[in-house]
Amino acid sequence: MGRLRHAISIIVLVALSTLGLRALFSVILALPRAASAEAGPIDTLFNAHFWMIAFLFAFIMVMMLYSVFVFRRKPGDETDGPHVHGNTRLEIGWTIIPTVVVLGFGVWGAITLNAITSPKAGEMVVHVTGKQWAWTFDYPEQGDISSGDLVLPVGRTIVLKMNAEDVLHSFWVPEFRVKQDLVPDRETTLRITPTEIGDYMLRCAEICGLNHTLMEAKVRVVDAAGFQAWVDEKSAAPAFADMTPEERGAFWHSAEGFSCFGCHSLDGSPSVGPTWQGLYGRQEQLADGSTITVDDQYIINSILHPADQVVAGFQPNLMPPDYADKIAAREQEIQAAEGIDIDITADLIAFIKTLQ
Amino acid sequence: MFKTLRIILTSALVRGIVGQALGTALGYAFVAGLRALRGAETGWIYEPALAFGAIIGVIGFLLGAGVLTDWLKWAIGRQTPLRHGAPAGRPEWSRYFNVDYNHKVIGIQYGISSLLILLIGGVFAILFRLELAHSGMQWLTNSQYNTLFSAHGIIMIAAILGGVGAMVNYLVPLMIGAADMAFPRLNAFSFWVSVPAALLILGGIAVGGWDTGWVGYATLSLRAPVGMVLFLLGFWVVGFSSIAGSANLLVTVATMRAKGMSLFRMPIFVWAAVAASLIQLTATQTVGVALTMSVAERVIGLNFFDPTGGGNPILYQHLFWFYSHPVVYVFVLPGLGVISELLPVFARKPLFGYRWVALSSLGIALVGFLVWAHHMFTSGMADALRVPFMFSTMLVAVPTGVKFFSWIATIWEGKLPSNPPTPLLFVLGAISVFLIGGVTGPILGTIPTDLHLHDSYWVVGHFHATMFGGFIFPFFAALYYWYPKMTGRMYNERLGKLHFWLMLPAFWVMSIGQMSVGLLGMRRRIADYDPALGIDGTQLLITLAALVIGWSVLIMIYNLAFSQRMQPVAETNPWRSRSPEWQIPSPAPEFNYDVPFEVVGEPYDYGLADATYIRDATPAAVPSGD
Repeated sequence: MGRLRHAISIIVLVALSTLGLRALFSVILALPRAASAEAGPIDTLFNAHFWMIAFLFAFIMVMMLYSVFVFRRKPGDETDGPHVHGNTRLEIGWTIIPTVVVLGFGVWGAITLNAITSPKAGEMVVHVTGKQWAWTFDYPEQGDISSGDLVLPVGRTIVLKMNAEDVLHSFWVPEFRVKQDLVPDRETTLRITPTEIGDYMLRCAEICGLNHTLMEAKVRVVDAAGFQAWVDEKSAAPAFADMTPEERGAFWHSAEGFSCFGCHSLDGSPSVGPTWQGLYGRQEQLADGSTITVDDQYIINSILHPADQVVAGFQPNLMPPDYADKIAAREQEIQAAEGIDIDITADLIAFIKTLQ
Repeated sequence: MFKTLRIILTSALVRGIVGQALGTALGYAFVAGLRALRGAETGWIYEPALAFGAIIGVIGFLLGAGVLTDWLKWAIGRQTPLRHGAPAGRPEWSRYFNVDYNHKVIGIQYGISSLLILLIGGVFAILFRLELAHSGMQWLTNSQYNTLFSAHGIIMIAAILGGVGAMVNYLVPLMIGAADMAFPRLNAFSFWVSVPAALLILGGIAVGGWDTGWVGYATLSLRAPVGMVLFLLGFWVVGFSSIAGSANLLVTVATMRAKGMSLFRMPIFVWAAVAASLIQLTATQTVGVALTMSVAERVIGLNFFDPTGGGNPILYQHLFWFYSHPVVYVFVLPGLGVISELLPVFARKPLFGYRWVALSSLGIALVGFLVWAHHMFTSGMADALRVPFMFSTMLVAVPTGVKFFSWIATIWEGKLPSNPPTPLLFVLGAISVFLIGGVTGPILGTIPTDLHLHDSYWVVGHFHATMFGGFIFPFFAALYYWYPKMTGRMYNERLGKLHFWLMLPAFWVMSIGQMSVGLLGMRRRIADYDPALGIDGTQLLITLAALVIGWSVLIMIYNLAFSQRMQPVAETNPWRSRSPEWQIPSPAPEFNYDVPFEVVGEPYDYGLADATYIRDATPAAVPSGD
């Protein structure tokens, strides 16, 4: 009779606690809104896991607190508890049942994973490049346009083919639910199918050094017409020959250029490299104690040999030393495409001069 | 006063630190000197010289402290007796500052250093928690923030390894009826080598820190600031402590158990210590390789991980996690052993399913070796690896579940005291906290949900719950429970309970808060977050909870430090335990058991009249235990 009473109490308490915990979870363990097709089956799995968490936590805690309060030693009782060593049937039961349950979750997980990673009809490829501390997106199917914002058409499966230039980074938009690291010299792939028009933020989820916190990019999901309009606008960008050096300088600073913005702000806000606002003509104290005035010569040297003249208070060896090569390659590309000679460092200097 | 100062200044600790400073300077000067001879210009902090100096410095510490003295004498054919007691003319307390071979002294050395390191790591956590209390940068720079969280991770790991060393060293020989560990000198080496390692890691902060977190992933580790190399080397040297300590423990348990103590009659904590040692002995080398390769790539340009030279950055992650996943079981298994050890004593009931609990420790250790790649589900490793590692990971839940169910069955119908003393509170708290860690694991092991949670604060909440539930709470339970054994005095019960009732709710708030913000998009290892995430309030709560935890630990330190002067002398067996160590006076005599005992019964036969676990192994046997 005693046993039955305990069993009924436990069942009632566990059931109530499970329901209560699950209700509490929907407040304190809420997911961000779902904005991709992949989020659907993932959130279903989340829901199942939350139920299991609620049940297991309730079950063990109810059993423990029940033992603590109901069976506790009564005043004056000096005897020991019952001499029970174990129960093989129980032991086998609580080995087999959890095994089956977790393997079941494994199968469910494998099926879901397969569903969200398998190729879909009408996919569109976007190349993602991550580097300290900026993102660039290239659209091979849209005439190789390049962008610092990730603009995606709604309802179409996007295959992100991703590469890192320097260290590991990780692509995560919480509303899309899926995540994938970017690895230097290795292409990784992530499929997302945006389902909700709106603005999101992409943020790097793998520690990537000094400015990891701020490695982010805007993500815009737009309708098909809006996407086409954006592609047209990007494709209609003027030829380099038609731009002023100042305009080209601003372009080189952006994600479509060399992503200088990852370290150098334009509005005086502090970052991991000196701000470009008011830079030209400024007196700077260098790490070795000497003072220089920022002029053409200093800027050119700092771009081509960044470790030479580091401004005091900034970390050396952050800026890659290979900009000479990158700039030369880009200049050759433009020479081949438009037949004109562009001096990218001169463009940058012209741009910096406008930022007073 | 002057005498005290003199004893400290001539202690092994101070001699070791001086030796390390000299060794580092010599090593540095050697490499920098070679470079100067070539006529090359060298900056103030030249990394290869620093790395070489760091290695020579560790040797300098060991020589200065005298850890190697006996072995060096043996090498030239001289005998050295095993010294016991304080050095001639020195007070008893000076043993703790010197190279001592007694396992109880070494255990307490481990314990005190562990608490000190725990405090340093805790202060670091509070410093960056203050930064995170509100969105926007408050008072740290990115670089300071990165160094603080990276150092917090590795310092806490060193503290936990020290705490495990404390429990294992102090308790196992007492529990199995041995006079000491099998290799007392190796035991002293294991402790002392971790001191210069800790100093190296702190030195890494002093020379400017690093920003990779404690995982030190390539290729960021190859570009990180110069503190990186001292962190890598410090971590590497701690490995010696783990390997030597675990080999020692395994030999001790295998060969020095009391007569009649078959494997299934050992106190259950010993099983946990064996399982943890098996992992340490076999996995540590792999992380040693990963760290060696990172140092070699940074310092002398051997190319292992940087793909621009043909390396593979994912290789580092495999090598790293092959150790660093199993090692979390090194952290938690001894703590779970403490829970299994204490529950029967307080419930006055046998441990339910002793053999299952014992074998579940080995089961966790075994499965723990097969799951490392679940840290890499989003890493870009071979796709075919993901699903098999998901299944093996899910299996960890099975032996862990056996432990929970066995604990519950042990206290079911048991007679827990109606006013639980501090150690029991911490054990029950540990179960609740480890349960939070346990139930939030499978959702990370299932790949589709992990794709969202990976590298988010959910992971931070999950593993802090496993570390607090599996190590911190049981470790504190053990400190209170065996405090009378170590000091002969009782701790202050009122302060102990205050500590518990501050720390438990604060931890729940912190851990669940971390999971909550993680789900909403809070990434790991960031100094600032977007107010648009709507998590400012929760972040403030987490910081306040962290402060409460910090203060509560200070209450414990005060309690442990002053109770041995202010509290009354404890009874010999205040918990009415059947375990061998409580049948002898406290503190335990130098050689533990003046009369060896033999095992004639089961260890946890509470509730069985006239049951005997051990008796003196003398001809006229007198039953002991109850």
